[in-house]
Amino acid sequence: MNLILVFEQLLNGLQFGVMLFLMAAGLTLVFGIMNLVNLAHGSLYMVGAYLTVAAVQWTGSYPLGVLLGLAGTLVVGMLLEVVALRTLYERDHLDQVLATFGLILFFNELIAILWGRTALFMSLPSYLQGHVEIFPGSIYPLYRVVVIGVGLVVGAALWYVVAKTRLGMLIRAGASNRTMVAALGINIRLLYTVVFGFGAALAGLAGLMAGPIYAVQPGMGELILIQVFVVIVIGGIGSIRGALVGALVVGVVDTLGRAFLKPLLGHFISPPAAEAAGPALASMLIYLLMALVLAVRPEGLFPAKSG
Amino acid sequence: MADAILEVRELRKAFGALAATDGISLEVREGETHAIIGPNGAGKTTLISQLAGNLRPDSGSIRFAGEDVTPLSAPARAHKGFARSFQITSIYRDFTALDNVALAVQAHAGHSFRFWRAAREERSLRDPARQVLAEVGLGARADVLAANLAHGEQRQLEVAMALATRPRLLLLDEPVAGMGLEESQRMVQFLSGLKGRQTIILVEHDMDAVFSLADSISVLVYGRIIASGTPEDVRANPEVRRAYLGEEA
Amino acid sequence: MRARALILAACVLLLLAVPALATLLKQPYYIDLIRRVMIFAIAAVSLNLILGYGGLVSFGHAAYLGVGGYSVGILAFYGIHNGWLQWSVAIAASALVALVIGAISVRTRGIYFIMITLAFTQMLYYLGISVEEYGGDDGMRLKVKSQFSGLIDLGDPVAFYYLVFALLLVCTYLTYRLVNSRFGLVIRAAKSNEARTRAIGFSPYPYQLAAFVISGALCGLAGALLANHTGYVTPAYMDWTRSGEIMFMVILGGMATSPGPALGAFALLVAEDLLAGWTEHWQVILGPLLVLSVLFFRRGLAGLLPGGGKDG
Repeated sequence: MNLILVFEQLLNGLQFGVMLFLMAAGLTLVFGIMNLVNLAHGSLYMVGAYLTVAAVQWTGSYPLGVLLGLAGTLVVGMLLEVVALRTLYERDHLDQVLATFGLILFFNELIAILWGRTALFMSLPSYLQGHVEIFPGSIYPLYRVVVIGVGLVVGAALWYVVAKTRLGMLIRAGASNRTMVAALGINIRLLYTVVFGFGAALAGLAGLMAGPIYAVQPGMGELILIQVFVVIVIGGIGSIRGALVGALVVGVVDTLGRAFLKPLLGHFISPPAAEAAGPALASMLIYLLMALVLAVRPEGLFPAKSG
Repeated sequence: MADAILEVRELRKAFGALAATDGISLEVREGETHAIIGPNGAGKTTLISQLAGNLRPDSGSIRFAGEDVTPLSAPARAHKGFARSFQITSIYRDFTALDNVALAVQAHAGHSFRFWRAAREERSLRDPARQVLAEVGLGARADVLAANLAHGEQRQLEVAMALATRPRLLLLDEPVAGMGLEESQRMVQFLSGLKGRQTIILVEHDMDAVFSLADSISVLVYGRIIASGTPEDVRANPEVRRAYLGEEA
Repeated sequence: MRARALILAACVLLLLAVPALATLLKQPYYIDLIRRVMIFAIAAVSLNLILGYGGLVSFGHAAYLGVGGYSVGILAFYGIHNGWLQWSVAIAASALVALVIGAISVRTRGIYFIMITLAFTQMLYYLGISVEEYGGDDGMRLKVKSQFSGLIDLGDPVAFYYLVFALLLVCTYLTYRLVNSRFGLVIRAAKSNEARTRAIGFSPYPYQLAAFVISGALCGLAGALLANHTGYVTPAYMDWTRSGEIMFMVILGGMATSPGPALGAFALLVAEDLLAGWTEHWQVILGPLLVLSVLFFRRGLAGLLPGGGKDG
């Protein structure tokens, strides 16, 4: 087994994990604080990608396009919260699941109306293209390194905000005792809208970073959303730390599995059987992992205090 | 005098830094009505929850009729003869009063992996349920939806469900909470009719109820029992007066 | 209550008359449409058992449509066309899958349960895509429909229609008896108040798991029917949006009622059909409609019936 190949796939896994983390952090925050199951989180990921593609085309500048795309997703997120999601805070999870499911159908079709169903191409500026040499003789796409970097920086910033700032304190307090925070005179509605917008921006960031790597098309959000669910189940609901650990684990396991399970199996069983079983097993790997974690720790690895 | 049917030894339960149950030991004899009183936050409901099997103690043991029941879950304890009423009314709101009690009967009437026969037509379930309802005074309200019962009636239903399981140990958590004067007097009268036939552990704030029902009392303060004995002993105990009864008097 | 029975009887009669009416009006398409509606109604009946009556929000029910459908498809692929065998395998395989998934998920609560059932269905979906032998992404054609030794020809649209109709009635009735049996009352009690259920001496887990398995098995039957109806089986049977659709049928129709699932299937699929005839972008209209129905129409269609719709 080529060690450099393994390392490259590890980096890929890290990159995937970082994107899963951005999604998972937003989703788990919203669930932890507002007790809201939001299936439309994937739609915000999609909105981020599409708005950025449009903005880059419109302004001709990648940085400006990214900024506009992020800002646009933030606005869409907050609008969504105010218009559609507020009424769901009081409802049970079933209602939230159903309502946000309806929103997914709406968003996917809206995007299809505006931009069609074929995948869009998101072009990268020249300074983000190209490769870096990670080992002598081995090159790795620069853009993916940037994605990993951005993800880690955002993760650190998130940790800082939640652990060290007043807003973060409100967030943590709101997660464990909503009524108390409201009783203290904090504008809960505003807090919720801000938190939701925050989560939407994170999803949008993940979406726009995903653009050049994966396909930008209607329904792109749901494919990653389910994997985000696996991350949250493994990591534990309501916990950013759990989201990070879960995301990295899922990202690396899934990527390594897809890359190496078939050849690995080929060592033990006949090549045609490995050819058939390899991809199938690889795609099931993270779900089997989830089942394993659940069997041992039903609340996930790092669940936040339930409140 | 009957032997101790319930022996609790050094029960401890902490929530983070808060020791809700701080080394509680007590003994209750068969047929005895034992009241647990104490100020709010003393840990009374936490204690009842541990006795009923809803909460796992951190350490200590609970023995019932000579058997260690500490590792048993709530349903398992129910089958050993434990029955519980909840402090905050916990009934099946979308079923009738009769349905509620019949379910309690069903839990102890053979297995429930029966898929065809309508359970509401089983006389062996409905008749005992009606009987218990009549005993607690809800006979006329059998077909009323539990959600539509008055608060006091719902408390009665709580007790009826506990009784329907033909328990050996009744754990009653504030049975007259929220009841008006007349209602609570009727409930107390009913409960006193059970004395001797049932072993009862009663958590209560209503002192009239406590002193007319209890054979023995334990006083719980900050997770610890500061006094235990007959009502007269407890009433006379200076520590108790200071900590609790003093506030009442 | 008399009025309710009359209305439901009228619905049954109407369903009986559809093939004749359709032939009369020279619109055979409606036989197909309503047959499809009834197949999904069976799926909705199965989900209603654990979702409506049991309170288990399973977002992965489409998995059993897939297992049932692929059971038929795979057996046919190997030349086994005996319908009795195929459909028995479909039901048994679905029950087994439900047992495995249920054993892991039913222990969990709330949002975990929703996400886990969704994730497992997705896993099966990916499994379906990656097994090239059975068509992968494109799925398989069912060249020969399930054979029932001359008793019934599924190739005859009207005969197949009445078979589905009969099965829908049977499944609805079976569920009705189930939810009023001792077993059913425990399931409903666990949904209504779990703490109370444990306190009187029931451990909900074995009952909920059993209900989960029964529900999966019934839905597997729907899958076998669907495969014969459409003539092909694809991983899209297990698409999670399909799970969402079945959930909506249960909700729209009225949870925990007998006529609910059929009413909901009818409402949703006919609405989809009408909207799709209007515009290819019908989901942009259906989406908000569904959201509004969740916010304002929770009692469902059965709640509109005289007598409130509740089964007691």
